[in-house]
Amino acid sequence: MALAAGVDVGSTQTKSVIINEDLKIVGRSLIDTGANVVKAAEQAYLEALTDSKRREEEVAYVIGTGYGRYKVTFGNTQVTEISCHGRGAVHMFPKTKTVLDMGGQDTKAISVSETGEIVDFCMNDKCAAGTGRFLGAASLALDIPIDDLGPTALESEKPVRISTTCTVFAETEVLSWLGKGKKIEDILMGVHQSISSRSIALLRRVGIENEVTFTGGVAKNSGMIEVLNQNMDMEVNVSEDSHYMGALGAALFAMDHIMTSRIPAGAEA
Amino acid sequence: MSYVAGIDVGSTYTKAIVMSPDNEIVGRAMDSTGFKLDKAAERVYDEVLEKNSLTRDQVDYVIATGYGRHRVPFCDLTITDLTATARGSNFFFPDTRTVLDIGGQTMKASRLDDKVKVKSFRLNDKCAAGTGAFLEKTAHYMGYSTEEIGPLVHTSHDGVSISGVCAVFAESEVINQLSIGSAPADIMRGAMFSLVKRCVQLMKRVRMEPQFTLAGGIIRFPTMVKMLIESLEGEVNVAKDDMPQYATALGAAVLARQRLTKVIAES
Repeated sequence: MALAAGVDVGSTQTKSVIINEDLKIVGRSLIDTGANVVKAAEQAYLEALTDSKRREEEVAYVIGTGYGRYKVTFGNTQVTEISCHGRGAVHMFPKTKTVLDMGGQDTKAISVSETGEIVDFCMNDKCAAGTGRFLGAASLALDIPIDDLGPTALESEKPVRISTTCTVFAETEVLSWLGKGKKIEDILMGVHQSISSRSIALLRRVGIENEVTFTGGVAKNSGMIEVLNQNMDMEVNVSEDSHYMGALGAALFAMDHIMTSRIPAGAEA
Repeated sequence: MSYVAGIDVGSTYTKAIVMSPDNEIVGRAMDSTGFKLDKAAERVYDEVLEKNSLTRDQVDYVIATGYGRHRVPFCDLTITDLTATARGSNFFFPDTRTVLDIGGQTMKASRLDDKVKVKSFRLNDKCAAGTGAFLEKTAHYMGYSTEEIGPLVHTSHDGVSISGVCAVFAESEVINQLSIGSAPADIMRGAMFSLVKRCVQLMKRVRMEPQFTLAGGIIRFPTMVKMLIESLEGEVNVAKDDMPQYATALGAAVLARQRLTKVIAES
């Protein structure tokens, strides 16, 4: 059985996924991208291979995606992260019509067809407001680890209203609320609400159609999931592998390539 | 006749100016605003009085301005910073028709008539890419402090191209530039030039007319001034020393004097 791999080089983290012919994930890895993008891509791929306990020769096709996809020097080809997130989300949740991908520096709203093709998409390309960075800024300002942000926010009873748009100014605003004696959980809930409303505005531009699948690094944040559910009055799909959705989509495209290149069909078995 | 004072509580720094009975600037003081705006105002006011051996009793009128103007407990009146900066600019340069004020977290452009009235203004306080914070962030990403920006950029003669769309995305741009071997000074100069382009855009939106007067903390960087002079068509005024940063506090003091004269005349 051949394996296919996807490597998603994001602005903040690089993810790699290896799948088998049953389209099951057999290996995955996640590392910080850092300054050396080529090295990050290689390392993520090798770590995913180690995780899969399979040999490199078994991987028949590799696709790079994400903002650093052209730095996946060992990849066979590249596919945009929009296509990959759409494909990955529909694979995990077949009823997906809308995808919200929230990463470290960008947020994307994608509308997909039943087969996982992209119908429309929208993203923040000029400004970091409403992205994972907004949470990163709050994490730094309040000295709370990223993973604790969501659970802490969920303890809030009286959320503050964050008025700044810019991520840089938000850091100052968070500190000023702290100075005024507001509780950390209330400030954090305000931060989550602010990101949620910007994301929903982005989703509206492509149209919010049930089911909505939430992907990207921020999909690991329980507070964000809860706030999105409340504000959209529906339950978004979130997978354990949300973080890997782009890499998974790339791996699925890679497997397509392996399958279609086999002629005549079944001869290989 | 007695003394008057202007207090400008800005987003980043708080400034105070005291004017003598014969309308001379007798003293000025400045400190970081921090998060306790009232405390910052008290601290800076006391400092300027102390440096000039004055007491609060000798000052008959105080006007507060700037974003924290409503948090100044000891003031007699508050006015908007646009009005104050217009007055402060007019004090040194009576033919000012357009004022550009770049602070730590805001950028403001306003057009004045010959009676120092603000006829049109535009401001950016929503996006850090159009404010001093952009330079600050760019410097910090490279490991330089805010005060090192001036000397650093001075050593560069040719800036690299920095898009300047977002102060957060600038980090990736800085990392990319450093990884291809660009010098920090050239990156800093590029960031400064992208800010200058934003200034000119904002000034166009108020239909700028010369003379131009520059104000705000970012004007303390000589390279910034030089780039602005090269980008603007017409006479550009810059007050001496650190006075551009005090333009707004100065305007508040000038208006305090006018107000006091009026109050005395009426009583």
